[in-house]
Amino acid sequence: MTTQTSAVVAEGLHKRYGETRALDGFDLDVPAGTVCGLLGPNGAGKTTAVRILSTLLRFDAGRAWVAGYDVVRQPDQVRGVIGLTGQYAAVDEVLSGRQNLILFGRLHHLSARVARRRADELLEQFGLTGAAGRSAAEYSGGMRRRLDLAASLIMTPRVLFLDEPTTGLDPRSRNQLWSAVRSLVADGTTVLLTTQYLDEADQLADRILVVDAGRVVAEGTSAELKARIGADRIEVVVRHAAELGTAAGIVERSSAGPVTLDAEIRQLSAPVLDRVAALGDVMRALRDAGIAVEDIGLRRPTLDEAFLHLTGHRSGAAQPTEAGVPA
Amino acid sequence: MTSTLQAQHRAPEVSAAGRSAGRPAGPLTRFRWALADGRVMTGRNMAHVIRSPEEIVIYFTLPIMFVLVFGYVFGSGMAAGAGNYREYLLPGVFVMTMLYGLGATASGIAMDVSRGVVDRFRSIPMARTALVTGRTGADLLRALLEMTILVVCGLLVGWQWHNGLLDALAAVGLILLLRLALTWVGIFLGLMVPNPDTVGVIVFPLAFPLTALSNVFVAPDLMPTWLGVISSWNPLSATVAASRELFGNPGTGGDSWAAQHPMLLAVGWPLLLIVVFAPLAVRRYQRLSR
Repeated sequence: MTTQTSAVVAEGLHKRYGETRALDGFDLDVPAGTVCGLLGPNGAGKTTAVRILSTLLRFDAGRAWVAGYDVVRQPDQVRGVIGLTGQYAAVDEVLSGRQNLILFGRLHHLSARVARRRADELLEQFGLTGAAGRSAAEYSGGMRRRLDLAASLIMTPRVLFLDEPTTGLDPRSRNQLWSAVRSLVADGTTVLLTTQYLDEADQLADRILVVDAGRVVAEGTSAELKARIGADRIEVVVRHAAELGTAAGIVERSSAGPVTLDAEIRQLSAPVLDRVAALGDVMRALRDAGIAVEDIGLRRPTLDEAFLHLTGHRSGAAQPTEAGVPA
Repeated sequence: MTSTLQAQHRAPEVSAAGRSAGRPAGPLTRFRWALADGRVMTGRNMAHVIRSPEEIVIYFTLPIMFVLVFGYVFGSGMAAGAGNYREYLLPGVFVMTMLYGLGATASGIAMDVSRGVVDRFRSIPMARTALVTGRTGADLLRALLEMTILVVCGLLVGWQWHNGLLDALAAVGLILLLRLALTWVGIFLGLMVPNPDTVGVIVFPLAFPLTALSNVFVAPDLMPTWLGVISSWNPLSATVAASRELFGNPGTGGDSWAAQHPMLLAVGWPLLLIVVFAPLAVRRYQRLSR
């Protein structure tokens, strides 16, 4: 398989739930051996897309292929070459970790002996050997997610779907999962990843597709998207509303774009390129001008703002990711 | 390659097997895999039982209780026309226990499909039927254990078979055939109401009148005519009557055509239930897509 081949292709997928259009002309083309990140807020259609591509969900219109197999006409072939790790660990809660992996190995038609050996390998690889005999219900969230990923890797999938794989995980488990994904990719697996976190897409994905209202609204490498989403922002709250205008003039000198004013909360904000230098410059200039500052800080653009920027409307679901420096 | 690659690609035969799973297979191969997958899923369901011993205790208390309570309380207080009421009652209690097993089947399958694990079952190339056939297989094994308990308890309270071991085994076979048919009804119910808690509540109001409107406790001939007709055509009655005949217990025969052909109906009813409910259940499962 050459790098030119597409591992996952979707053309004009439509999926409705009653009145809601979960997918509304969704297109996708993931080259084999790459990691594609679907970035978007809750309800954007990311999970719907993954469930369609992994044969779990029917769709109303469009076409889709995974590893060259038609998702509708050759679902069994698709299932033979994919792995799926969803938002909720798809493991048997009653069985032990080892029993889970043996069960799924057997259902992949491995012999009992090979299934046992494969289970032990995966338990070892994901640091679950010590907990192998314990019921999955007793696992921590991170352990369960690792078991889930291990179950997806029993057959070394050609295409791996990861649906918000690290939501709710602590940083250590998240890093472990990321490194497991990286090593798979290094060996040729194609990964389609959905996430609400810019950071995660940034860490793993070669290309990022921004999804909103059931379609792809922007596409590019992480660097390309960041340039479009915009830089960090500086935010200043002045004590006296009368000084807003003067302050805005000062902030504008350090900013990389237009300054926005909110008179009601006496706040102004502006994009900056060199965040630390800009913070220092603005603080000094405001002090020199004798303007009383109540609060000043730096903030990364939230996913919400990124969406506002890329789609022209609010996503309504993303949470702010504060990285502010308190004044 | 770096050391992080480690184990996952150490197994060439694993990968080879994976590729063969991706190839389209002939109908015979697919059937063979469907059986194998069903067997694996049966094992999985049995492992569930083994891992929750409290469930075993609760589950097997029911048949013991049924035999003791019904056998002693009712069996001591009443006399059946042709003989000992306890002898009359016990084949009915056996069948009633099988009917109540339907609740476990329904809630088991509802539990399966309400959990995240069903996504994995549906996204790997296992037979589409295996989840339901595995449930059937496991429940039949459970029923076999239950029957053993029921028969042993029955013998302890003074019930007996009188026509030899072979006929007795045939009676047990008919009772298990009914249980097999009921698993498909249970699977269908469980898939229609995919909430394990609701299912448990639904089964009782279905099972209770079905038992009362049968020959389990009272001979249909003693009921008002219209009730007697319903009762004698009840699938439960067919199996009960046939097993009474095979066990050599009292209460066989009757005026209706149904009562005079218990063997035919005891085979026919379960087969009909399977023919109707098995495809419905499998179709329902295949259409589950959330």
